[in-house]
Amino acid sequence: MLKVEGLQKAFGSFMAVSDANLEVRQGEIVAVIGPNGAGKTTLFRLITGQHKPSRGRIVFEGRDIAGLPAHRIAQAGISLSYQVVSVFSRLTVFDNVQVAVLAHQRRLLDILTPARRLAVKETWEVLESVGLADKARRTSGTLSHGDGKVLEMAIALGNRPRLLIMDEPTAGMSPEETAGTIELIKRLRSERDLTILFCEHDMEMVFSIAGRIMVMQYGRTIAQGTCDEVKCDLHVQEAYLGISV
Amino acid sequence: MEFTDPAKRKAQVAGLALMAAMFFLPAFAPRFYVYLAALILVRGLLATSLNLVLGYGGMYQFHHTVFYGVGAYAAALMITKTVLSPWLGFLAGPLVAAALSLVMGLICVRLSKLYFGMLQISLGSLVWAIVFRWYSFTGGDDGIHNIPLPAAISSINGSYYFTLVVSLLSLAAMYLIVNSAFGRVFQAVRDNQERCETIGVPVKRQQLMGLVLAGFFGGVSGVLFVAVEGTVFPDLMFWTLSLEVIIMCLLGGWFTFLGPMLGAAIIVILRTVVGIYTEYWTFFLGVILMLIIFFLPEGVLGYFLERLGRTRPTSAVSES
Repeated sequence: MLKVEGLQKAFGSFMAVSDANLEVRQGEIVAVIGPNGAGKTTLFRLITGQHKPSRGRIVFEGRDIAGLPAHRIAQAGISLSYQVVSVFSRLTVFDNVQVAVLAHQRRLLDILTPARRLAVKETWEVLESVGLADKARRTSGTLSHGDGKVLEMAIALGNRPRLLIMDEPTAGMSPEETAGTIELIKRLRSERDLTILFCEHDMEMVFSIAGRIMVMQYGRTIAQGTCDEVKCDLHVQEAYLGISV
Repeated sequence: MEFTDPAKRKAQVAGLALMAAMFFLPAFAPRFYVYLAALILVRGLLATSLNLVLGYGGMYQFHHTVFYGVGAYAAALMITKTVLSPWLGFLAGPLVAAALSLVMGLICVRLSKLYFGMLQISLGSLVWAIVFRWYSFTGGDDGIHNIPLPAAISSINGSYYFTLVVSLLSLAAMYLIVNSAFGRVFQAVRDNQERCETIGVPVKRQQLMGLVLAGFFGGVSGVLFVAVEGTVFPDLMFWTLSLEVIIMCLLGGWFTFLGPMLGAAIIVILRTVVGIYTEYWTFFLGVILMLIIFFLPEGVLGYFLERLGRTRPTSAVSES
Protein backbone atom coordinates (compact mmCIF):
# COMPACT_ATOMS: atom_id res chain seq x y z
CA MET A 1 0.00 0.00 0.00
CA LEU A 2 2.76 2.40 0.99
CA LYS A 3 6.32 2.06 -0.08
CA VAL A 4 9.09 4.46 0.87
CA GLU A 5 12.41 4.07 -0.90
CA GLY A 6 15.68 5.85 -0.21
CA LEU A 7 13.93 8.86 1.24
CA GLN A 8 16.12 11.79 2.13
CA LYS A 9 15.49 15.18 3.68
CA ALA A 10 18.12 17.80 4.38
CA PHE A 11 17.46 21.00 6.30
CA GLY A 12 20.42 23.06 5.16
CA SER A 13 23.42 20.92 5.97
CA PHE A 14 21.56 18.89 8.56
CA MET A 15 20.38 15.54 7.27
CA ALA A 16 17.18 14.80 9.22
CA VAL A 17 16.36 11.74 7.17
CA SER A 18 19.17 10.27 5.11
CA ASP A 19 17.95 6.89 3.92
CA ALA A 20 14.50 5.81 5.03
CA ASN A 21 12.92 2.66 3.65
CA LEU A 22 9.55 1.39 4.64
CA GLU A 23 6.86 -0.90 3.42
CA VAL A 24 3.33 -0.96 4.75
CA ARG A 25 0.89 -3.53 3.47
CA GLN A 26 -2.87 -3.23 3.34
CA GLY A 27 -4.46 -3.78 6.77
CA GLU A 28 -1.22 -3.88 8.73
CA ILE A 29 -0.20 -2.02 11.87
CA VAL A 30 3.37 -0.91 11.43
CA ALA A 31 5.43 0.85 14.08
CA VAL A 32 8.45 3.05 13.52
CA ILE A 33 10.80 3.10 16.48
CA GLY A 34 14.12 4.72 17.13
CA PRO A 35 15.87 7.01 19.58
CA ASN A 36 14.98 10.70 19.82
CA GLY A 37 16.12 12.57 16.76
CA ALA A 38 16.20 9.47 14.59
CA GLY A 39 13.95 11.20 12.08
CA LYS A 40 10.63 9.51 12.78
CA THR A 41 8.55 12.67 12.86
CA THR A 42 10.32 14.06 9.81
CA LEU A 43 9.60 10.82 7.97
CA PHE A 44 5.90 11.20 8.76
CA ARG A 45 5.92 14.82 7.71
CA LEU A 46 7.53 13.80 4.42
CA ILE A 47 4.93 11.16 3.76
CA THR A 48 2.06 13.56 4.51
CA GLY A 49 3.55 16.33 2.40
CA GLN A 50 4.38 18.91 5.04
CA HIS A 51 7.99 18.69 4.00
CA LYS A 52 9.22 18.08 0.50
CA PRO A 53 11.71 15.23 0.24
CA SER A 54 15.17 16.05 -1.10
CA ARG A 55 15.43 12.65 -2.72
CA GLY A 56 13.66 9.31 -2.81
CA ARG A 57 10.26 7.90 -3.63
CA ILE A 58 7.00 7.60 -1.71
CA VAL A 59 4.54 5.37 -3.49
CA PHE A 60 1.00 5.17 -2.15
CA GLU A 61 -1.42 2.78 -3.82
CA GLY A 62 0.74 2.69 -6.91
CA ARG A 63 1.13 6.44 -7.21
CA ASP A 64 4.24 8.48 -6.47
CA ILE A 65 3.13 11.12 -4.01
CA ALA A 66 6.54 12.51 -3.05
CA GLY A 67 6.47 16.29 -3.11
CA LEU A 68 2.72 16.72 -3.60
CA PRO A 69 1.14 19.47 -1.48
CA ALA A 70 -0.20 18.24 1.86
CA HIS A 71 -3.87 18.72 0.99
CA ARG A 72 -3.52 16.57 -2.12
CA ILE A 73 -1.97 13.76 -0.12
CA ALA A 74 -4.77 14.00 2.44
CA GLN A 75 -7.28 13.77 -0.39
CA ALA A 76 -5.47 10.70 -1.69
CA GLY A 77 -6.32 8.93 1.57
CA ILE A 78 -3.54 9.49 4.11
CA SER A 79 -4.32 11.17 7.43
CA LEU A 80 -1.94 12.28 10.13
CA SER A 81 -2.63 12.46 13.84
CA TYR A 82 -0.12 14.79 15.44
CA GLN A 83 2.20 14.19 18.34
CA VAL A 84 1.36 17.53 19.90
CA VAL A 85 -2.36 18.20 20.08
CA SER A 86 -3.03 20.36 17.05
CA VAL A 87 -6.72 21.13 16.74
CA PHE A 88 -8.97 24.09 15.89
CA SER A 89 -8.99 25.53 19.36
CA ARG A 90 -11.83 28.03 19.00
CA LEU A 91 -14.21 25.53 17.42
CA THR A 92 -16.23 22.92 19.24
CA VAL A 93 -15.22 19.27 19.27
CA PHE A 94 -18.03 18.59 16.82
CA ASP A 95 -16.93 21.34 14.45
CA ASN A 96 -13.34 20.12 14.55
CA VAL A 97 -14.32 16.75 13.19
CA GLN A 98 -16.94 18.20 10.87
CA VAL A 99 -14.32 20.32 9.12
CA ALA A 100 -12.41 17.18 8.26
CA VAL A 101 -15.55 15.50 6.97
CA LEU A 102 -16.42 18.57 4.89
CA ALA A 103 -12.92 18.51 3.44
CA HIS A 104 -13.38 14.88 2.54
CA GLN A 105 -16.72 15.61 0.88
CA ARG A 106 -15.17 18.55 -1.04
CA ARG A 107 -17.73 21.02 0.27
CA LEU A 108 -15.07 23.61 1.04
CA LEU A 109 -16.34 26.44 -1.11
CA ASP A 110 -20.03 25.88 -0.49
CA ILE A 111 -21.20 29.26 0.81
CA LEU A 112 -24.90 28.55 0.43
CA THR A 113 -25.55 25.46 2.53
CA PRO A 114 -25.48 25.97 6.29
CA ALA A 115 -22.75 23.84 7.84
CA ARG A 116 -25.16 22.50 10.44
CA ARG A 117 -27.00 20.61 7.72
CA LEU A 118 -23.91 19.00 6.24
CA ALA A 119 -21.85 16.00 7.20
CA VAL A 120 -23.73 15.67 10.48
CA LYS A 121 -24.26 11.94 10.40
CA GLU A 122 -20.68 11.17 9.43
CA THR A 123 -19.34 13.49 12.12
CA TRP A 124 -21.42 11.90 14.89
CA GLU A 125 -20.38 8.51 13.69
CA VAL A 126 -16.69 9.37 14.12
CA LEU A 127 -17.30 11.04 17.50
CA GLU A 128 -19.19 8.01 18.75
CA SER A 129 -16.62 5.53 17.56
CA VAL A 130 -13.81 7.33 19.42
CA GLY A 131 -16.01 8.06 22.46
CA LEU A 132 -16.14 11.85 22.28
CA ALA A 133 -19.86 12.17 21.56
CA ASP A 134 -20.69 13.43 25.06
CA LYS A 135 -18.13 16.22 24.72
CA ALA A 136 -19.20 17.26 21.23
CA ARG A 137 -20.33 20.75 22.27
CA ARG A 138 -17.22 21.58 24.26
CA THR A 139 -14.78 24.10 22.85
CA SER A 140 -11.85 21.98 21.85
CA GLY A 141 -9.31 24.30 23.47
CA THR A 142 -10.72 23.35 26.89
CA LEU A 143 -10.24 19.58 26.58
CA SER A 144 -7.85 17.61 28.77
CA HIS A 145 -4.63 16.38 27.18
CA GLY A 146 -5.91 12.82 26.85
CA ASP A 147 -9.16 13.92 25.22
CA GLY A 148 -7.18 16.26 23.00
CA LYS A 149 -5.16 13.33 21.69
CA VAL A 150 -8.35 11.41 21.01
CA LEU A 151 -9.75 14.42 19.17
CA GLU A 152 -6.52 14.49 17.17
CA MET A 153 -7.32 10.99 16.05
CA ALA A 154 -10.98 11.82 15.40
CA ILE A 155 -10.02 14.70 13.11
CA ALA A 156 -7.65 12.42 11.24
CA LEU A 157 -10.46 9.88 10.87
CA GLY A 158 -12.83 12.60 9.64
CA ASN A 159 -11.52 12.48 6.13
CA ARG A 160 -11.91 8.73 5.90
CA PRO A 161 -8.28 7.79 5.38
CA ARG A 162 -7.20 4.40 4.20
CA LEU A 163 -3.83 4.92 5.82
CA LEU A 164 -3.75 6.53 9.26
CA ILE A 165 -0.39 7.80 10.46
CA MET A 166 -0.05 8.53 14.17
CA ASP A 167 2.88 10.35 15.68
CA GLU A 168 3.22 9.04 19.24
CA PRO A 169 -0.49 8.50 19.90
CA THR A 170 -0.03 7.82 23.60
CA ALA A 171 2.68 10.38 24.41
CA GLY A 172 1.98 12.06 27.73
CA MET A 173 -0.89 9.76 28.60
CA SER A 174 -1.46 8.00 31.91
CA PRO A 175 -1.21 4.17 31.87
CA GLU A 176 -5.02 3.90 31.91
CA GLU A 177 -5.38 6.33 29.03
CA THR A 178 -2.68 4.45 27.13
CA ALA A 179 -4.49 1.16 27.59
CA GLY A 180 -7.70 2.79 26.40
CA THR A 181 -6.00 4.21 23.35
CA ILE A 182 -4.48 0.85 22.43
CA GLU A 183 -7.94 -0.71 22.57
CA LEU A 184 -9.29 2.15 20.50
CA ILE A 185 -6.63 1.78 17.81
CA LYS A 186 -7.25 -1.96 17.55
CA ARG A 187 -10.99 -1.46 17.32
CA LEU A 188 -10.75 1.36 14.77
CA ARG A 189 -8.56 -0.74 12.54
CA SER A 190 -11.08 -3.55 12.32
CA GLU A 191 -14.15 -1.29 12.21
CA ARG A 192 -12.86 1.08 9.56
CA ASP A 193 -10.62 -1.14 7.55
CA LEU A 194 -7.63 1.02 8.34
CA THR A 195 -3.98 0.52 7.73
CA ILE A 196 -1.99 2.12 10.53
CA LEU A 197 1.52 3.47 10.69
CA PHE A 198 2.70 4.96 13.97
CA CYS A 199 5.73 5.74 16.03
CA GLU A 200 6.08 5.41 19.76
CA HIS A 201 8.67 5.27 22.50
CA ASP A 202 6.69 2.96 24.72
CA MET A 203 8.02 -0.45 23.64
CA GLU A 204 5.36 -2.35 25.51
CA MET A 205 2.72 -0.55 23.53
CA VAL A 206 4.60 -1.12 20.26
CA PHE A 207 4.94 -4.85 20.79
CA SER A 208 1.33 -5.17 21.87
CA ILE A 209 -0.21 -3.85 18.67
CA ALA A 210 2.35 -3.65 15.88
CA GLY A 211 2.48 -6.42 13.34
CA ARG A 212 5.77 -5.25 11.97
CA ILE A 213 8.36 -2.74 13.09
CA MET A 214 10.74 -0.45 11.29
CA VAL A 215 13.74 0.83 13.23
CA MET A 216 15.42 4.14 12.50
CA GLN A 217 18.68 5.56 13.72
CA TYR A 218 20.44 8.73 12.61
CA GLY A 219 17.89 9.26 9.86
CA ARG A 220 18.35 5.84 8.34
CA THR A 221 16.37 2.63 8.40
CA ILE A 222 18.44 -0.03 10.13
CA ALA A 223 15.90 -2.82 10.28
CA GLN A 224 12.39 -3.75 9.34
CA GLY A 225 10.56 -6.95 10.16
CA THR A 226 8.24 -8.68 12.58
CA CYS A 227 8.54 -7.96 16.28
CA ASP A 228 10.63 -11.04 16.91
CA GLU A 229 12.95 -10.44 14.00
CA VAL A 230 13.57 -6.93 15.13
CA LYS A 231 14.17 -7.91 18.74
CA CYS A 232 16.89 -10.31 17.64
CA ASP A 233 18.52 -7.90 15.26
CA LEU A 234 22.02 -7.00 16.36
CA HIS A 235 21.93 -3.46 14.98
CA VAL A 236 18.78 -2.79 16.88
CA GLN A 237 20.18 -4.06 20.13
CA GLU A 238 23.12 -1.79 19.57
CA ALA A 239 20.99 1.23 18.86
CA TYR A 240 18.94 0.55 21.92
CA LEU A 241 21.80 -0.41 24.21
CA GLY A 242 20.72 0.59 27.68
CA ILE A 243 17.07 0.68 26.68
CA SER A 244 15.32 -2.58 27.43
CA VAL A 245 14.05 -4.28 24.33
CA MET B 1 -27.62 25.08 19.29
CA GLU B 2 -30.50 26.87 17.71
CA PHE B 3 -33.13 25.45 20.00
CA THR B 4 -35.12 27.29 22.61
CA ASP B 5 -32.42 29.01 24.54
CA PRO B 6 -34.21 31.74 26.55
CA ALA B 7 -31.27 34.14 26.31
CA LYS B 8 -31.18 33.59 22.61
CA ARG B 9 -34.92 34.17 22.36
CA LYS B 10 -34.51 37.43 24.27
CA ALA B 11 -31.75 38.55 21.93
CA GLN B 12 -33.89 37.74 18.92
CA VAL B 13 -36.77 39.80 20.29
CA ALA B 14 -34.42 42.68 20.98
CA GLY B 15 -33.04 42.39 17.47
CA LEU B 16 -36.49 42.47 15.91
CA ALA B 17 -37.47 45.47 18.02
CA LEU B 18 -34.32 47.27 16.93
CA MET B 19 -35.06 46.48 13.31
CA ALA B 20 -38.62 47.76 13.62
CA ALA B 21 -37.33 50.93 15.26
CA MET B 22 -34.91 51.41 12.40
CA PHE B 23 -37.68 51.03 9.86
CA PHE B 24 -39.79 53.68 11.55
CA LEU B 25 -36.87 55.94 12.41
CA PRO B 26 -37.59 58.58 9.74
CA ALA B 27 -41.15 58.90 11.09
CA PHE B 28 -40.11 60.24 14.48
CA ALA B 29 -36.45 61.24 14.32
CA PRO B 30 -35.04 64.51 12.96
CA ARG B 31 -33.28 64.37 9.62
CA PHE B 32 -29.84 64.52 11.18
CA TYR B 33 -30.39 61.34 13.15
CA VAL B 34 -31.66 59.55 10.10
CA TYR B 35 -28.49 60.57 8.30
CA LEU B 36 -26.40 59.45 11.28
CA ALA B 37 -28.13 56.07 11.34
CA ALA B 38 -27.42 55.61 7.62
CA LEU B 39 -23.78 56.45 8.23
CA ILE B 40 -23.58 53.90 11.05
CA LEU B 41 -25.04 51.25 8.78
CA VAL B 42 -22.54 52.03 6.01
CA ARG B 43 -19.54 51.96 8.33
CA GLY B 44 -20.92 48.99 10.23
CA LEU B 45 -21.33 47.03 7.04
CA LEU B 46 -17.78 47.93 6.08
CA ALA B 47 -16.49 46.74 9.47
CA THR B 48 -18.53 43.55 9.26
CA SER B 49 -17.10 42.81 5.83
CA LEU B 50 -13.59 43.31 7.18
CA ASN B 51 -14.37 41.03 10.09
CA LEU B 52 -15.21 38.27 7.65
CA VAL B 53 -11.48 37.92 7.00
CA LEU B 54 -10.15 39.43 10.23
CA GLY B 55 -12.23 37.68 12.88
CA TYR B 56 -13.44 34.62 11.03
CA GLY B 57 -10.44 34.11 8.78
CA GLY B 58 -7.65 35.36 11.05
CA MET B 59 -6.17 37.29 8.13
CA TYR B 60 -4.61 40.65 8.87
CA GLN B 61 -6.25 42.66 6.14
CA PHE B 62 -4.80 45.99 7.26
CA HIS B 63 -6.07 48.02 4.35
CA HIS B 64 -9.65 46.97 3.88
CA THR B 65 -11.15 50.36 3.02
CA VAL B 66 -9.48 50.22 -0.36
CA PHE B 67 -12.44 48.04 -1.38
CA TYR B 68 -14.85 50.52 0.17
CA GLY B 69 -13.27 53.33 -1.81
CA VAL B 70 -12.98 51.40 -5.04
CA GLY B 71 -16.61 50.28 -4.76
CA ALA B 72 -17.67 53.88 -4.24
CA TYR B 73 -15.52 55.19 -7.09
CA ALA B 74 -16.67 52.48 -9.47
CA ALA B 75 -20.28 53.44 -8.82
CA ALA B 76 -19.54 57.17 -9.03
CA LEU B 77 -17.62 56.83 -12.30
CA MET B 78 -20.27 54.60 -13.88
CA ILE B 79 -22.94 57.12 -12.97
CA THR B 80 -21.09 60.26 -14.03
CA LYS B 81 -19.19 58.98 -17.07
CA THR B 82 -21.68 56.66 -18.75
CA VAL B 83 -25.27 56.98 -19.80
CA LEU B 84 -26.15 53.63 -18.31
CA SER B 85 -28.72 53.36 -15.54
CA PRO B 86 -27.26 54.54 -12.23
CA TRP B 87 -28.49 51.31 -10.64
CA LEU B 88 -25.93 49.51 -12.76
CA GLY B 89 -23.32 51.65 -11.07
CA PHE B 90 -24.49 50.36 -7.71
CA LEU B 91 -24.10 46.85 -9.02
CA ALA B 92 -20.71 47.54 -10.57
CA GLY B 93 -19.19 48.86 -7.33
CA PRO B 94 -19.20 45.57 -5.41
CA LEU B 95 -18.15 43.60 -8.49
CA VAL B 96 -15.17 45.84 -9.20
CA ALA B 97 -14.21 45.69 -5.52
CA ALA B 98 -14.42 41.90 -5.57
CA ALA B 99 -12.30 41.77 -8.72
CA LEU B 100 -9.67 44.02 -7.15
CA SER B 101 -9.76 41.86 -4.06
CA LEU B 102 -9.15 38.79 -6.19
CA VAL B 103 -6.12 40.37 -7.85
CA MET B 104 -4.67 41.68 -4.59
CA GLY B 105 -5.48 38.40 -2.92
CA LEU B 106 -3.64 36.37 -5.54
CA ILE B 107 -0.56 38.45 -4.84
CA CYS B 108 -0.82 38.64 -1.05
CA VAL B 109 -2.24 35.29 -0.02
CA ARG B 110 1.06 33.48 -0.47
CA LEU B 111 2.38 35.38 2.54
CA SER B 112 1.16 34.74 6.04
CA LYS B 113 0.04 36.82 8.98
CA LEU B 114 1.91 40.12 9.32
CA TYR B 115 3.69 39.76 5.99
CA PHE B 116 0.33 39.38 4.32
CA GLY B 117 -0.82 42.52 6.10
CA MET B 118 2.23 44.54 5.09
CA LEU B 119 1.97 43.62 1.43
CA GLN B 120 -1.76 44.20 1.46
CA ILE B 121 -1.41 47.69 2.95
CA SER B 122 1.25 48.52 0.36
CA LEU B 123 -0.86 47.44 -2.58
CA GLY B 124 -3.87 49.23 -1.14
CA SER B 125 -1.88 52.42 -0.75
CA LEU B 126 -0.80 52.07 -4.36
CA VAL B 127 -4.45 52.04 -5.41
CA TRP B 128 -5.04 55.10 -3.26
CA ALA B 129 -2.10 56.87 -4.91
CA ILE B 130 -3.46 56.16 -8.38
CA VAL B 131 -6.88 57.48 -7.49
CA PHE B 132 -5.34 60.50 -5.77
CA ARG B 133 -3.19 61.41 -8.76
CA TRP B 134 -5.26 60.53 -11.80
CA TYR B 135 -7.02 63.89 -12.12
CA SER B 136 -8.43 63.33 -15.59
CA PHE B 137 -10.28 60.17 -14.60
CA THR B 138 -10.93 60.13 -10.87
CA GLY B 139 -10.82 63.85 -10.17
CA GLY B 140 -7.67 63.37 -8.12
CA ASP B 141 -7.72 64.76 -4.61
CA ASP B 142 -10.91 66.70 -5.39
CA GLY B 143 -12.94 63.57 -5.82
CA ILE B 144 -16.30 63.54 -7.59
CA HIS B 145 -19.17 65.56 -6.20
CA ASN B 146 -22.87 66.02 -6.80
CA ILE B 147 -23.27 62.55 -8.22
CA PRO B 148 -26.75 62.41 -9.72
CA LEU B 149 -28.63 59.69 -7.87
CA PRO B 150 -31.84 57.98 -8.98
CA ALA B 151 -34.88 59.87 -7.76
CA ALA B 152 -35.95 57.05 -5.45
CA ILE B 153 -32.89 57.46 -3.26
CA SER B 154 -32.06 61.13 -3.70
CA SER B 155 -33.93 62.22 -0.58
CA ILE B 156 -32.54 61.58 2.89
CA ASN B 157 -35.32 59.13 3.68
CA GLY B 158 -34.97 57.44 0.33
CA SER B 159 -31.25 56.88 0.72
CA TYR B 160 -31.79 55.80 4.32
CA TYR B 161 -34.24 53.07 3.36
CA PHE B 162 -32.05 51.98 0.50
CA THR B 163 -29.10 51.74 2.87
CA LEU B 164 -31.13 49.95 5.52
CA VAL B 165 -32.50 47.32 3.15
CA VAL B 166 -29.20 46.67 1.39
CA SER B 167 -27.34 46.54 4.71
CA LEU B 168 -29.77 44.05 6.21
CA LEU B 169 -29.62 41.88 3.11
CA SER B 170 -25.82 42.02 3.13
CA LEU B 171 -25.65 41.20 6.82
CA ALA B 172 -27.95 38.24 6.28
CA ALA B 173 -25.81 37.05 3.39
CA MET B 174 -22.62 37.35 5.43
CA TYR B 175 -24.27 35.56 8.35
CA LEU B 176 -25.13 32.70 6.04
CA ILE B 177 -21.59 32.67 4.71
CA VAL B 178 -19.89 32.43 8.10
CA ASN B 179 -22.24 29.60 9.03
CA SER B 180 -21.92 27.79 5.73
CA ALA B 181 -19.63 24.88 5.00
CA PHE B 182 -17.17 27.37 3.57
CA GLY B 183 -17.38 29.50 6.70
CA ARG B 184 -16.83 26.61 9.05
CA VAL B 185 -13.71 25.53 7.20
CA PHE B 186 -12.56 29.15 6.95
CA GLN B 187 -12.63 29.40 10.74
CA ALA B 188 -10.69 26.17 10.97
CA VAL B 189 -8.06 27.73 8.70
CA ARG B 190 -7.86 30.66 11.10
CA ASP B 191 -7.28 28.36 14.05
CA ASN B 192 -4.76 26.03 12.47
CA GLN B 193 -3.57 26.31 8.88
CA GLU B 194 -1.18 23.40 8.96
CA ARG B 195 -3.78 21.05 10.33
CA CYS B 196 -6.18 22.14 7.62
CA GLU B 197 -3.64 21.21 4.98
CA THR B 198 -3.26 17.73 6.41
CA ILE B 199 -6.99 17.06 6.35
CA GLY B 200 -7.19 18.03 2.71
CA VAL B 201 -8.04 21.74 2.68
CA PRO B 202 -6.25 23.87 0.07
CA VAL B 203 -5.70 26.68 2.54
CA LYS B 204 -4.73 29.43 0.10
CA ARG B 205 -7.79 28.83 -2.04
CA GLN B 206 -10.01 29.01 1.02
CA GLN B 207 -8.38 32.29 2.05
CA LEU B 208 -8.67 33.74 -1.44
CA MET B 209 -12.37 32.98 -1.46
CA GLY B 210 -12.72 34.75 1.89
CA LEU B 211 -10.86 37.79 0.58
CA VAL B 212 -13.04 38.06 -2.52
CA LEU B 213 -16.22 37.85 -0.44
CA ALA B 214 -14.94 40.46 2.01
CA GLY B 215 -13.94 42.71 -0.89
CA PHE B 216 -17.38 42.33 -2.43
CA PHE B 217 -19.20 43.39 0.74
CA GLY B 218 -16.66 46.15 1.29
CA GLY B 219 -17.70 47.35 -2.17
CA VAL B 220 -21.36 47.16 -1.16
CA SER B 221 -20.69 49.49 1.75
CA GLY B 222 -18.83 51.78 -0.66
CA VAL B 223 -21.78 52.18 -3.00
CA LEU B 224 -24.02 52.77 0.00
CA PHE B 225 -21.73 55.63 0.94
CA VAL B 226 -22.38 57.10 -2.50
CA ALA B 227 -26.12 56.65 -1.97
CA VAL B 228 -25.95 58.48 1.38
CA GLU B 229 -23.45 61.23 0.56
CA GLY B 230 -23.63 61.59 -3.22
CA THR B 231 -19.90 62.18 -3.31
CA VAL B 232 -16.58 60.33 -3.35
CA PHE B 233 -13.04 61.42 -2.44
CA PRO B 234 -9.67 59.65 -2.05
CA ASP B 235 -9.81 59.69 1.75
CA LEU B 236 -12.34 56.87 1.47
CA MET B 237 -9.42 54.57 0.77
CA PHE B 238 -6.72 56.19 2.85
CA TRP B 239 -5.09 53.80 5.26
CA THR B 240 -6.09 55.72 8.39
CA LEU B 241 -9.71 54.89 7.69
CA SER B 242 -8.73 51.21 7.47
CA LEU B 243 -7.24 51.53 10.92
CA GLU B 244 -10.48 53.01 12.19
CA VAL B 245 -12.41 50.10 10.75
CA ILE B 246 -10.07 47.60 12.43
CA ILE B 247 -10.70 49.46 15.71
CA MET B 248 -14.45 49.10 15.14
CA CYS B 249 -14.02 45.33 14.90
CA LEU B 250 -11.87 45.06 18.02
CA LEU B 251 -14.06 47.46 19.97
CA GLY B 252 -17.31 45.64 19.23
CA GLY B 253 -15.84 42.16 19.42
CA TRP B 254 -14.16 40.52 16.47
CA PHE B 255 -15.24 37.03 17.40
CA THR B 256 -18.90 37.98 17.28
CA PHE B 257 -20.94 38.52 14.16
CA LEU B 258 -22.57 41.83 15.10
CA GLY B 259 -19.67 43.18 17.14
CA PRO B 260 -18.18 45.24 14.29
CA MET B 261 -21.58 46.85 13.65
CA LEU B 262 -21.76 47.82 17.33
CA GLY B 263 -18.17 49.08 17.20
CA ALA B 264 -19.06 51.23 14.20
CA ALA B 265 -22.05 52.68 16.03
CA ILE B 266 -19.91 53.51 19.06
CA ILE B 267 -17.24 55.24 17.00
CA VAL B 268 -19.60 57.18 14.73
CA ILE B 269 -21.69 58.35 17.69
CA LEU B 270 -18.63 59.19 19.75
CA ARG B 271 -17.20 61.26 16.96
CA THR B 272 -20.46 63.08 16.41
CA VAL B 273 -21.30 63.74 20.06
CA VAL B 274 -17.85 64.40 21.49
CA GLY B 275 -16.88 66.11 18.26
CA ILE B 276 -19.43 68.83 19.03
CA TYR B 277 -17.50 69.84 22.14
CA THR B 278 -13.92 69.23 21.12
CA GLU B 279 -11.95 68.40 18.04
CA TYR B 280 -9.87 66.04 20.17
CA TRP B 281 -12.53 63.33 20.16
CA THR B 282 -9.89 60.77 19.25
CA PHE B 283 -8.41 61.32 22.70
CA PHE B 284 -11.58 59.94 24.25
CA LEU B 285 -11.61 57.15 21.74
CA GLY B 286 -8.07 56.28 22.78
CA VAL B 287 -8.99 56.16 26.46
CA ILE B 288 -12.08 54.05 25.81
CA LEU B 289 -10.11 51.71 23.62
CA MET B 290 -7.46 51.19 26.28
CA LEU B 291 -10.09 50.44 28.90
CA ILE B 292 -11.73 47.94 26.60
CA ILE B 293 -8.51 46.17 25.78
CA PHE B 294 -7.79 45.81 29.49
CA PHE B 295 -11.22 44.89 30.73
CA LEU B 296 -13.15 43.51 27.76
CA PRO B 297 -10.58 41.73 25.59
CA GLU B 298 -13.33 40.07 23.57
CA GLY B 299 -14.90 43.44 22.76
CA VAL B 300 -18.15 44.99 23.97
CA LEU B 301 -20.52 42.52 22.35
CA GLY B 302 -18.20 39.62 23.10
CA TYR B 303 -18.35 40.62 26.76
CA PHE B 304 -22.12 40.77 26.90
CA LEU B 305 -22.58 37.51 25.08
CA GLU B 306 -20.22 35.90 27.54
CA ARG B 307 -22.16 37.38 30.45
CA LEU B 308 -25.33 35.95 28.98
CA GLY B 309 -23.54 32.62 29.00
CA ARG B 310 -24.78 32.17 25.52
CA THR B 311 -21.50 31.71 23.81
CA ARG B 312 -19.06 29.07 24.60
CA PRO B 313 -16.55 31.60 25.82
CA THR B 314 -13.97 31.25 23.12
CA SER B 315 -16.04 29.87 20.32
CA ALA B 316 -16.28 31.72 17.09
CA VAL B 317 -19.88 32.41 17.89
CA SER B 318 -21.48 31.42 14.73
CA GLU B 319 -24.75 31.86 16.55
CA SER B 320 -24.47 35.40 17.81
